[in-house]
Amino acid sequence: MVSKMVQKKGGRVSEDPENLATVRLQAVLLADSFATKFRPITFERPKVLLPLVNVPMIDYSLHWLESAGVEEVFVFCCAHAKQVINYLNSSHWLSIPSFTVTTIESNDAISAGDALRLIYERNVIRGDFVLISGDTVSNMSLTQALQEHKERRKKDSDAVMTMVIKKSKPCQFICQTRLGTDELFMAIDPSTKQLLHYEENSDNLKGSVVLDKTLVAENPSVSLLNDMQDCYIDICSPEVLSLFTDNFDYQHLRRHFVKGLLVDDIMGYKIFTHEIHSEYAARVDNFKSYDTISKDIMQRWTYPMVPDVQFSGNHPAKLERQGIYKASETPSLTAYPLSTIISGSSSLFSSFPLPPSSSPANFKEALLLCPHLLGRPFVADLFFTKMKLISCLISVSVCAASPEIVPSQSAQIGPFTFLGKGSNIGDFSKITNSVIGEGCSIGSNVSIEGSYIWNNVIIHDGCKLKHAIVCDGAVIKSGAVLEPGVILSFKVVIGQQFVVPAYSKVSLIPQPINQDSDEELEYADNCSAVAESPSVSTSFDIPNGELTVQSADVSEVGISGVGYIWSACEAGHEEEWRHSVAPIPQDKLEEVVRAALAELDLVTQESSQLPASGELKPGSETANSLDGENEEAKDDSIDFEREVEATFLRAVHEGVEQEHVILEMNSLRVIMLSNLLTLFQKINPTVYELHKNVATVVTKWGGLLQHYLQTDDEQARGRAMYLKEFLKMNIEVILKFEEMCLESMRDFSSLFAQEPLKQIPTELQWIPTLETSLGQLRMEIQTANVPPGDRVSFSPFLGWSFKQVKEDAVEILHLLYDKDILSEDAILSWASEKEGGDEADKIFIKQSEVFIQWLKEASEEED
Amino acid sequence: MDFQVVVLAGGASASLVPLISKELPKPLLPVANRPVLSYVLDLLESNNLKDLIVVVEGEDAALRVGSWISSAYVDRLRVEVAAVPEDIGTAGAIRAIAHYLTANDILIVSGDLVCDVPPGAVAAAHRRHDAVVTSLLCSVPVSGPLESGSSGGKDKAKKPRRYNIIGLDATSQFLLFVATGAEVKKDVRVQKGLLHAVGKMEIRSDLMDAHLYAFKRSVLIEVLDQMETFQSIKLDVLPYLVRTQLRSQILLNGSPPAEENGHEKVAPQINQLPGPNTKALSFHDHSASWPSGFTAPKTHKCCVYIAEKSKYCARLNNIQAFSDINRDVIGEASHLSGYSFSTHNNVIHPSAELGSKTTVGPQCMLGEGSQLGDKCSIKRSVIGRHCRIGSNVKIVNSVVMNHATIGDGCSIQGSVICGNVQLQERVVLKDCEVGAGYVVTAGSEYKGESLARR
Repeated sequence: MVSKMVQKKGGRVSEDPENLATVRLQAVLLADSFATKFRPITFERPKVLLPLVNVPMIDYSLHWLESAGVEEVFVFCCAHAKQVINYLNSSHWLSIPSFTVTTIESNDAISAGDALRLIYERNVIRGDFVLISGDTVSNMSLTQALQEHKERRKKDSDAVMTMVIKKSKPCQFICQTRLGTDELFMAIDPSTKQLLHYEENSDNLKGSVVLDKTLVAENPSVSLLNDMQDCYIDICSPEVLSLFTDNFDYQHLRRHFVKGLLVDDIMGYKIFTHEIHSEYAARVDNFKSYDTISKDIMQRWTYPMVPDVQFSGNHPAKLERQGIYKASETPSLTAYPLSTIISGSSSLFSSFPLPPSSSPANFKEALLLCPHLLGRPFVADLFFTKMKLISCLISVSVCAASPEIVPSQSAQIGPFTFLGKGSNIGDFSKITNSVIGEGCSIGSNVSIEGSYIWNNVIIHDGCKLKHAIVCDGAVIKSGAVLEPGVILSFKVVIGQQFVVPAYSKVSLIPQPINQDSDEELEYADNCSAVAESPSVSTSFDIPNGELTVQSADVSEVGISGVGYIWSACEAGHEEEWRHSVAPIPQDKLEEVVRAALAELDLVTQESSQLPASGELKPGSETANSLDGENEEAKDDSIDFEREVEATFLRAVHEGVEQEHVILEMNSLRVIMLSNLLTLFQKINPTVYELHKNVATVVTKWGGLLQHYLQTDDEQARGRAMYLKEFLKMNIEVILKFEEMCLESMRDFSSLFAQEPLKQIPTELQWIPTLETSLGQLRMEIQTANVPPGDRVSFSPFLGWSFKQVKEDAVEILHLLYDKDILSEDAILSWASEKEGGDEADKIFIKQSEVFIQWLKEASEEED
Repeated sequence: MDFQVVVLAGGASASLVPLISKELPKPLLPVANRPVLSYVLDLLESNNLKDLIVVVEGEDAALRVGSWISSAYVDRLRVEVAAVPEDIGTAGAIRAIAHYLTANDILIVSGDLVCDVPPGAVAAAHRRHDAVVTSLLCSVPVSGPLESGSSGGKDKAKKPRRYNIIGLDATSQFLLFVATGAEVKKDVRVQKGLLHAVGKMEIRSDLMDAHLYAFKRSVLIEVLDQMETFQSIKLDVLPYLVRTQLRSQILLNGSPPAEENGHEKVAPQINQLPGPNTKALSFHDHSASWPSGFTAPKTHKCCVYIAEKSKYCARLNNIQAFSDINRDVIGEASHLSGYSFSTHNNVIHPSAELGSKTTVGPQCMLGEGSQLGDKCSIKRSVIGRHCRIGSNVKIVNSVVMNHATIGDGCSIQGSVICGNVQLQERVVLKDCEVGAGYVVTAGSEYKGESLARR
C-alpha cells in the first residue's frame, strides 16, 4: 500500500513539524476519478495521464497547485497506481524545491470517500487543504479563497469547506453545461455565501426544484442558482477527513458528502462557496469536457498553461509557435506565477498596439471563435483577446508546432490546431480545430476536424475524421471514416474504407460482459465501484503484445482491422451524444427542444388545472383581507392528512399488524383532536390509492409475464408453470388485499358504529380496475406464444380468477352491509351513480345486482 | 396617466371582529382618528390619481363609506363607490365592476393600505417593462410593540411573520415566483424551466405583497373570464400569471390567435419590439436562444416594485396590525398622519380638556373634545373624539375610539376600546379588545380577551 516515496518523503515532511507557525499549505490530489466515463481508454491508462493538448492532465493540476502556493501534495493513486507513480518518478515534480509530491497508493479504494478515509488514517494532513482531482485545469489564485476560508473558520469552526464555483450558464434545453456535466441547482445565502442546497439535475422531481421550507424560513433571502458550475476545487478543513471516517457510507464527494452535510443539521457543519470570475477552473469529467477544455487551452483561457509556454517539466520539447508570437522577443515563455504574467502582460499589451483600422469581419470572427470571451473584464483576458485579434488580422492560424514538424506545403492547417513534435502531414490534408500529438504520420488528402489525435498515430491517405479521439498507436487505414463522437483506444487498427459509426468506442479489450445485471450497473453508476479499478488491471497488461490475431473480430472494424466495437448501450448510455466529443447534432437538439416544450406545456397545464394550489375556499376570504387563522387551520388538516397517509402506507408496505395501525391512527387522532369522521375521510383516499397500486402491480406483472413468454421458445411447460405462479401471486395479492380491506373496515366499524358511512362505495371502484388489468393479462397470454394446450389449461384458471374477483366483491358488499358499515342508502346511491358509468363499472353492478335488488326490496318493506 | 384606480375597500372582515361593526365598516376604522381609507385616498390624491372606483362589500357599508367620502373629499376626488356582494373575493369584486374599467392599465389598491410609497412609481415600473402585472413589495413591518416588557405580547411578535415567499430575478425587477397563504409554510417548488431562463433567482421571505397592483386591463379581464374559480387576486390571479409567464396563455394586446399563427415567422422581431416603453431585453425575450425552426413560446412579464426600506407600508388586516399601525402613525411614521405634532411629539386637540397632574406622553393623540380627569397618564396611545376619561386612569399602548367612557382608576394596556364603550371604575384591561357599545362592569379584570356585545 505505502509506496516507497512516502517513506522517502516522510523525512522531509517531518523536518518542520515544530515549525507550526507557518503551516504548509497542503493539497490532496485524487489521481483517480472513480468513474467509468473515459472507458475504454482508462482500461489501459489512468485518466490523469491522458494527454490534454499533448500534456498529461495531472501536469496541469500539479502545475496549478504549485503556482497557487501549495507546498505539499498528496497524490492518491488507485487505478493503475503503478503507472501514475512511475510517471511522477520520471517527471520533474519530485525535484522541485519547496514543493513536495507524495504518492499514496491504494488498491481497494472504490470511491473518493475511501481515498479520504485512507488519507485520514495516514494522519498527514495538518491544516486546511485543497482537495482536487487529478483532472483539474485551473489558473485561479487561491489566496483570496483561502483567506476567506480561514476567516470564516476563525468565527465559526463549523465552516468546514469552501467550494469554488464559476459562472457558466447551462444550455436551456439539454440541461447540461458546456463541460457536458449535468446542470446544477444551488441555493446560496447571498450575504454569507453559505451553500444551502445542492442538486445535480436528477429526474426524480422533474420540472421543479424543491427547497425545504425550513431553509426558506431560516434565511430571509436565498439565491437559487442555475448558472453556476462546480469547479470541483474544494478548500477543506481537516474535519472533512474525519467526517468521511465517521460516515463510512460517504462515497461521492458531492452526492454523499455535500448532500449529507446539507441535510444533516445536527452537526451543524457548513459549506461555503467562493465564486471566481475571470480565472479559469474546470474539470475533465467526460469526453465533452475533454473537448471543451482542450479548446479553452488552445484559446489560452488557461494561461499560463498553454501550449507555447513550458510549464510541464517532463515535456522538455519546447513548443514554439509560429506567426504572431515569433514577432515577440522571446521564442518561448516559461511559466511565471500568475501575478507576474498579469503585470508583464501590460507591457506586452502596449507593444502590440491594436491597429485602429481593424477589419470588423475579422473582429467578429475572433469573437465567434471564442464566444465565452465576451463579458470577462480582466487584463490578461483583454490581452489575449488582443493577441487573438492580431493573429486573425495577419490571418495566420494559431498553431503551435515544434520544429521537427513536417507539414506538407499543400496541407491546410486551420485555426486552433496543435501539431506535436515529429508529426508529418501529407499533401492536401486539412486539419482544423484539432490536436495532433507527437510522432504521428498523417497521409495525404486526410481531413481532420475537431479531433484529438494522440501520439504515434498513423492515419493513411484519404481518411476522414470528425470529432474523434484517437489514442496512442492507433492506425487508421486508407479511406476509413470516423463519424462524430468516435473513440479509438490504444493500438486499435481500423481497416480500409471502414466507416466507424458515430459514438462508437473501439478498443482492443472486449467490452466487459459481467455487467448485465441491473444491480451491478446501479452500483457502478452510483459509487463507481467498477471504476478504473483493480478488476481491470489484469486485463490491461495484455495489449503490450500484439493482439492482431483476434480470430472472430477482424470483421468488427473492417478488413485487417483490430479491435472490438463497444456497444453504445453500455451502462445505459443511450444518450451518448450528451457526453461525446462531438457537438450536439441538430436533430438531437430539436428532439430535446421538442421534449422540453412538451414538458413546459405539461407544467403549465398542471399549474392551470390546480389554480389555487388547493387554497380555493369559497367564502373564506373577504374582499381584501387575508385571514391568517383559516389558513392555519387548513394547514393543520393538511399535516394531519399527510401523517395518516404516511402511517397507512407504511403499514401496508411493511405489513404491520392491523392492531398496531389502528392504535397508531387512534393516537394520531387523539393528538390532532379530530373527530372520527375526518379520520375516516382521511383514510379513504389512501385505501383507494392502494387499490390503484395493486392494479399497477398487476399490470407490471403482466409485463413481466410477457417478457417470460417472449424469451426463448424452450421449455413451454416451465413457462406455463411460471405463468401459473404469477397468476397465483396475482390472485393472492388481490385476495389478501380484499381481506385487508375487509379487516380494516371491520376494525374501523367499531369506531364508526354510530356514524353512517357514505364513502365506502367509492372504495369498490377498484374492482373494475383490477378486472381490466386481469383482462390485459389474458390478452397477453393469448397474444403470446403459448402452445395451444397450455392456453386451454389457462383459460379456466383465468376465468376462475375473474369470477373470484367479482364474487368476492359482492361478498365484500354483503359483509359491509351486514356489519353495518355501509348504509343501504349509500349502496343504492352508489348503484344509481354507476348506472351511467362505463362497461367495466356496469359489470360489477351486474354482479351485485341481486344484492342491490334485495336491498331495495328490503327498504320498501320497511317503509 | 391612463391609469384607472380601483380601491378595494372591503367591508366585513372576520379577522377584525370585534373592532368593526355595522356602524363602523372596515374602511372607516380609525387610524389616528381618521378612517383608514383616507390614507389610501390621500396617497392617491397626492400622486394626482383622482379618478377612483371604491369597491365596498355590502350595500349598507357602501352607503356609509360613500357618504363619508362625499363629505370628506368633495371637490377633491372623483370617486365612484360601487357596492358588491359580500364574500366574492377580490377577484370577484373586480369581475363585478369590470364594465367600469376602460383604461389600458388598472391600478388596484387595497383600501386598508397605510403607506407612503408613491403608486406612481409602481405605475412607472409597470409601463417601463410593459408588464402584465406589477406588484408592490415592501419589507415586512415590525409587528407588536417595539418596547420590550410592554404588552401586546403575542407569540408572533417575537419572530417576523412571513407573509410571502417571493422569487425575484437578479435585478430585482421581475417576479419569478410567489407563494402566498398556506403555501408559505410548504417547501418551495421552483420550475426548472424558469430557472433555466433566468439563471439566478433570489428567493426572499422578508418581503410582503402590499396588495397594490398595476394590471394590464385586457389581461386581467381575460384571466378573470377564463378562470372562473379564481377568487382572490393575491392568491389566484397573481400566482397564475407568475407561473405562466414563460408560456403565456393569454392573448397580449388582444391579438386573435389566428393572426398570430400567420405571423410566426416574424415573431422574433415583434417580440423584441413590444413597445416604445420597453427598456432592455429581459430573459423573457429569449426567442433568440431557441434553435432555428422553433418559435419561442409567448411570454409575459410580471414585475415588481420594491419599496425602499425607509418607506412605511402596512396593511390593516388584523387586530394586531390595527394596533401596530395606530402606534406607527403617531410614532415613527408620523408624517402619514397629516397632523402637526407638538414639541412634546404628541397631538392634543385644542378642545381637549386635561385635568390637573394629568400627563400625556409623546407619541400620543387626543381627539377633539375629549376630557381627562386628574392624575391620568397616557402613553403611546390614541384617544378618539369626545371621550370621557375619569381620574387616575392609565392608558398605555392602546387605542380608544370616539365617545368611549372610562371610569376612575382604570388601567388599560395594549388594548383597543371601540366607540361608545363604557368602562366602569377600576377596570383593568391588558391586551383586550372591547367591541362597540360594550359595558365593562366595575372592578373587573381581563387579560387577552375579546369583549363584545352578543
